[in-house]
Amino acid sequence: MTSKRLPSGGLIDRGTTVRFNFDGRSFTGHPGDTLASALLANGVRLVGRSFKYHRPRGIMTAGPEEPNALVELREGARREPNTKATEIELHDGLVSASQNRWPSLAFDLMSINGFAGPAISAGFYYKTFMWPKSFWEKLYEPLIRRAAGLGRAASQPDPDHYEAMHAHCDVLVVGSGAAGLAAARAAGEAGARVIICERDFVPGGGLLLSPADAAWRGDMVNALEAMPNVEILTRTNVFGYYDHNLLGAVERVSDHKAEPDQHEVRQRYRTFRAKQVVLATGASERLIAFPGNDRPGAMMAGAALTYLRRFGVVPGRNAVVFTNNDSAYETALALAEAGSGKVTLVDVRSQSALAAAMTARGIDVRLASEVAYFDGKTALVRRRGGAGGDKFVADLLCPSGGWNPNVQLASQSGAKPRWEATLASHVPGESVQAERSAGATKGIFGIGAAAYDGARAGREAAAAAGFAKAQDFALPERGPAEQPIAPFWEVKASGKSFVDLQHDVTAEDIRLAHREGFSHVEHAKRYTTHGMATDQGKLGSLVGSAILAEARGEPVEAVGVPTHRPYTMPVAFGALAGHASGAHFQPVRRTALNDWHLRNGAVMQPTGAWLRPFFYPKPGETGWEPIFREARAVRSSVGICDVSTLGKIDVQGPDAAAFLDRLYINTFSTLAVGKCRYGVMLREDGIVFDDGTTSRLAEDHFLVTTTTGNAAPVLEHMEFHAQTVWPELDVQFCSVTDQWAQVAVAGPKSRETLAAAVDGLDLSNEVFPFMGVGEGKIAGVPVRLFRISFSGELAYEIAVPSGHAETVWEAILAAGKPFGIVPYGLEAMSLMRVEKGHAAGPELNGQTTAADLGMGRMMKKSGDVIGRVLAGRPGLADPGRPRLVGIRPVDTNKRLRGGAHIVREPGSGTSMGWVSSVTQSIEHACWIGLAMVENGEALKNQRVFAVSPLHDESVEVTITSPHHVDPENLRVRA
Amino acid sequence: MPARPERMTDRYSAWRLLKESLSGNRGWKPAWRKPEPKASYDVIIVGGGGHGLATAHYLASVHGITNVAVVEKGPIGLGNGGRNTTIVRSNYGLPSNTRFYEHSLKLWEGLEQDLNYNVMMSQRGVLNLFHSDSQRDIAARRGNSMRIQGVDAELLDREAVRSVAPFIELDNPMFPIFGGLMQRRGGTARHDAVIWGFARAADRRGVDIIEHCEVTGIRREAGRVTGVETTRGFIGAKKVGVAVAGNTSRLATMAGLSLPVESHLLQAFVSEAIKPMIDGVVTFGAGHFYISQSDKGGLVFGGDLDGYNSYSQRGNLPVVEHLLGAAVSMIPALSRLRVLRQWAGIMDMTMDSSPFICKTPIDGLYFNGGWCYGGFKATPGSGWCFAHTIARNEPHAFNADLTIDRFRDGRMIDERGAGPNPWAQ
Amino acid sequence: MHLIPCPYCGERPQDEFHYRGDATVKRPAPDAGEQAFYDYVYTRANPRGWHDEWWQHYAGCRQWIRVRRNTLTHAVAASAGPADALPEATP
Repeated sequence: MTSKRLPSGGLIDRGTTVRFNFDGRSFTGHPGDTLASALLANGVRLVGRSFKYHRPRGIMTAGPEEPNALVELREGARREPNTKATEIELHDGLVSASQNRWPSLAFDLMSINGFAGPAISAGFYYKTFMWPKSFWEKLYEPLIRRAAGLGRAASQPDPDHYEAMHAHCDVLVVGSGAAGLAAARAAGEAGARVIICERDFVPGGGLLLSPADAAWRGDMVNALEAMPNVEILTRTNVFGYYDHNLLGAVERVSDHKAEPDQHEVRQRYRTFRAKQVVLATGASERLIAFPGNDRPGAMMAGAALTYLRRFGVVPGRNAVVFTNNDSAYETALALAEAGSGKVTLVDVRSQSALAAAMTARGIDVRLASEVAYFDGKTALVRRRGGAGGDKFVADLLCPSGGWNPNVQLASQSGAKPRWEATLASHVPGESVQAERSAGATKGIFGIGAAAYDGARAGREAAAAAGFAKAQDFALPERGPAEQPIAPFWEVKASGKSFVDLQHDVTAEDIRLAHREGFSHVEHAKRYTTHGMATDQGKLGSLVGSAILAEARGEPVEAVGVPTHRPYTMPVAFGALAGHASGAHFQPVRRTALNDWHLRNGAVMQPTGAWLRPFFYPKPGETGWEPIFREARAVRSSVGICDVSTLGKIDVQGPDAAAFLDRLYINTFSTLAVGKCRYGVMLREDGIVFDDGTTSRLAEDHFLVTTTTGNAAPVLEHMEFHAQTVWPELDVQFCSVTDQWAQVAVAGPKSRETLAAAVDGLDLSNEVFPFMGVGEGKIAGVPVRLFRISFSGELAYEIAVPSGHAETVWEAILAAGKPFGIVPYGLEAMSLMRVEKGHAAGPELNGQTTAADLGMGRMMKKSGDVIGRVLAGRPGLADPGRPRLVGIRPVDTNKRLRGGAHIVREPGSGTSMGWVSSVTQSIEHACWIGLAMVENGEALKNQRVFAVSPLHDESVEVTITSPHHVDPENLRVRA
Repeated sequence: MPARPERMTDRYSAWRLLKESLSGNRGWKPAWRKPEPKASYDVIIVGGGGHGLATAHYLASVHGITNVAVVEKGPIGLGNGGRNTTIVRSNYGLPSNTRFYEHSLKLWEGLEQDLNYNVMMSQRGVLNLFHSDSQRDIAARRGNSMRIQGVDAELLDREAVRSVAPFIELDNPMFPIFGGLMQRRGGTARHDAVIWGFARAADRRGVDIIEHCEVTGIRREAGRVTGVETTRGFIGAKKVGVAVAGNTSRLATMAGLSLPVESHLLQAFVSEAIKPMIDGVVTFGAGHFYISQSDKGGLVFGGDLDGYNSYSQRGNLPVVEHLLGAAVSMIPALSRLRVLRQWAGIMDMTMDSSPFICKTPIDGLYFNGGWCYGGFKATPGSGWCFAHTIARNEPHAFNADLTIDRFRDGRMIDERGAGPNPWAQ
Repeated sequence: MHLIPCPYCGERPQDEFHYRGDATVKRPAPDAGEQAFYDYVYTRANPRGWHDEWWQHYAGCRQWIRVRRNTLTHAVAASAGPADALPEATP
């Protein structure tokens, strides 16, 4: 295989050689190459297979619009399918493989699909695979799924890291071609803070193809780099334009290396909040539809110029350039300069002022002509619309159908694309956000003109952002005006003319879609899948629209193109996730006692945002054993539990009591200082929102506790009502959840334990009764004590400033040692909670009323209460609604399941309710549960069935009071 | 001259496909005609999305009412019918929902034959994963409710999850996988094909599908609907059914009604196509992330609402970042794949996250809406029930509870207990 | 991501705020009856265009502010404190 590299030229480092691998073969290239340029330099023509027909394909472009040259890059956990060879920077040791072929790229058995072409035209799926009925899922679909798809995902976790970075700037410039550089320079010199993003790894855009402008480019880049208020980000593609001038981008930090350096991220997700934006994203060359326009050797004219000028690679020996506009003439010239073979220029226009100059360089110019056929070796050139024609030996065919301004970002920003007849394309419409387009993005072509327009845009953007210092820098000469383009979309000749190479959509498919009524551009797109591939229709979207327009008998602008949506280029999942994935997906909240739990062998589990101790197993304990041991210790002696995660809200102000009266269904204004009370609050729709105990610390000072999960929502609920509904009430709120750690000390020996630990508070039942609140000291630390109980035993909760939590906890443990105090976790707490019959999360599930939970009588008789009125609606006041009850199995050996349903008879198709919470009981030596059962009150002591068809279980149960333990509530008052 | 209905003289068959492929595919007829509106119809359906077209199909095929027009402001099927994540399931816990969605799922199961159109209904399973014991109990309550009502559901433990979905990270520190609730009859269908299949089937039975015809008013006389004002003039109708997801409140306003509905954004995403990786639909509690893989190979996924009222069809980045974080946390092998495209649909969210298919206080006017993010799977069931409600002027048992009045009565159908806060549902 | 102009803290990104929907509905007097409360909780104009809505600057001053935002374009026209009124109308 001979090298296609020119002896000189291009922006590659010829002094350094790098080795890389494609499909198991070793090659060499140079720094500055892309994988595509290096493959071309090594004479590799066949790089991929198409999606549907598995046709052989070569490199078609030199950028993100590449439809064919998709490879699996790297191996193992770093394998990246569908990576465009045109976007891969060559590095030493690069490993890549072609994809979607079997058994090999050169011999792909799936290409048999090509012969079935007419039968698998657009939309064929919808008309077939229906007979017999069962075969779709059993046979057809698995086959289709296996054949579809492109590359293979890695099967292991990604070893690389990602991060996010957010920046503000005065002017964001997207693109670093002539327009972008000039815009950045103008804005920078005006004094604005400028960030310029370039997708490529070298700034310059189209300047990189113009040796004559190399010096200007160098000067501009140097000047920008020297400006402290300008930042140039290369390898940074802006993928989306969002509300309020926020743009998202991904910086490819280390994709140009075999793997990231130590501590280096692979990619960086960036957002920019810009006062003003200049979009200088250039233009993309569009395809012409003609038979064989997908064959290896077909390459866009602009891409061929890129390989010649930027990479010093001759993409073919004998070339036919096929154009409807002036831009491809430069490709023909560059090919002729490279001097490798015969160059033919086919222009659909009947006149060209440039023809003579071409002929002088030995280029065979065919005006008013078209390419009717290409097979990779020969091209058939004929008079437009004529028959016959001349055959040319050609291994390179370079179409240019004109240039589409890259309006995607402008369009995403809300500026509706506008049809520009002189370009036969769309340009950005009127700005909606603070943005302006410049240069080719706006349809202003030619380096000098683009630079001039860019400087204007940069100046205007800076001025709009408040920066107006004078600027002074040189711009390139503006060249002569181009000859007008002749809109030209398709050569009508027999054979497959593609409009979407990756998805194998042909011009005929578009017409078929129209014949079948899919004539709206969005319908045609969806029916044919045109423009939905990873190249996002950049090459052929407008061509498809033009063919559809012709079929409809309407102008192209009446058909339009599908809406531009993010992303301008596909974006890695990992990049958008940034650092917030895996263990860092969600911040973890830990209590002040977390370290003690870990040191003492707690099994920690997430509950909502928190990590909490579930139990503290001793060596040899398995299953429920530690839970039983902990719960028994509480029921028989004393235990200690970290309940710090409860929400705590400090409520102060002269109207605090009046406010709480409206918040809770029960009354707090009558609560004495030094006492606490259980309260229930509703949503305005009458459903229970939250519950907890509230303490009155002073006339105008309350401490509200909430359930763990509702700490933040309850505070917001309070603030909303205080600020907006009852602003006349003088009351303030402050979350103190994190400031106070809280521990429960529960069990018949809890008083004796605490008596030994607490200074300054008489804990006797007379002085400090059930629902008492007091202050004292433990180990010298001032604490608050609450005589409240969740377990149903004599119990206290002690609130301690977080920083002293462990001191106080240890002091209580020491005081409880004579009683065998044990720390108990969430599981034992939950066991005792179910035994006691307290409603908790599973019962307060957003579907239940206070009456459902047996707390209907708590509703005060009068006064404004959130939720009171709508709680009276018939559906919520219905006495037949499911009520909270207890259940116990008739056969005490049977287990109960949370989520089981209550039915009259096994096999019944009607549920009477559901089992909300279950546990093994230590008091009853069987499973017990709480359930919400229709007419539950009336069913007390009756037998029903708790069925769990998911477990194939049916257990006869007796309906009981929810209070499985101490229904008279004597223990808590002991 | 208006085209005449084809009466299914152009059925799709293997023979037909072969014949057309040998003759350049020149014989295929338009999937639906482009008729001019008549002066009046027995029934006008406002909204040429999946639900409206399905309603027309069932009005014609089940109730024999063929003098029907579907009027659509743009081209058919470009609202939520063409912007969803294609999931089909009936795994609801509250009987009012279960019986409706199960009926819909049964219709899905026979839809290809009914429509003579391959909508690529694919029952590869829907797996809802849970991350704690309490979430498991909630899933079990739902699964048991389904089973009691005769709907398939299975509870999978961690090992079973591992075997059906080996790509999942089971041990995320904050979202460990405890198991999952599987509905094997759930799956996906090709969303656009559903639109086209219903359109073609309705058209062949004589329904006029009138595109680019925006309704600007609902004409009433003496408490009774008489037709619709449109951008193509007044069209008379004895009955009008409205099925316009994303525009429900606007149409209600035209009829002088106020609804318990807010419109919100839901974003969806598709990755580049890859070889088969994820077989069924998998959903997670983390970030409400859900994902499936299309027959073409793209991973289709989504998550939470953007969280504020919007009609913009433009999503924003906070939800994207959170969702992709969840995606990579739950399926680490996604990290190096690429997201190709992102879009957003307008969800008409009700105050209990369940829909309505019902009569209104105006005689002859019927509303279908409030589908929240569950509209796609409901498509055939919604059309079937709406057709029944319109034809008989009373709901079927399947949709009897799906009324707007339920809010007034306090009989909400609130699966998740999120309450009347659409942004939090 | 929206920028929300907090009257107390200035323009802040949307993720510092929590949303609470329609700010034009007003909680009725306690004796106003079920219909009034039904409308307060359930009935929404749900406009396609300018919408006055509640946002709480929870990661800032914790004030519930009124924001006039366009539900079609996401443009923000005005904001006001919890007890202050927004301008009459935005064209």
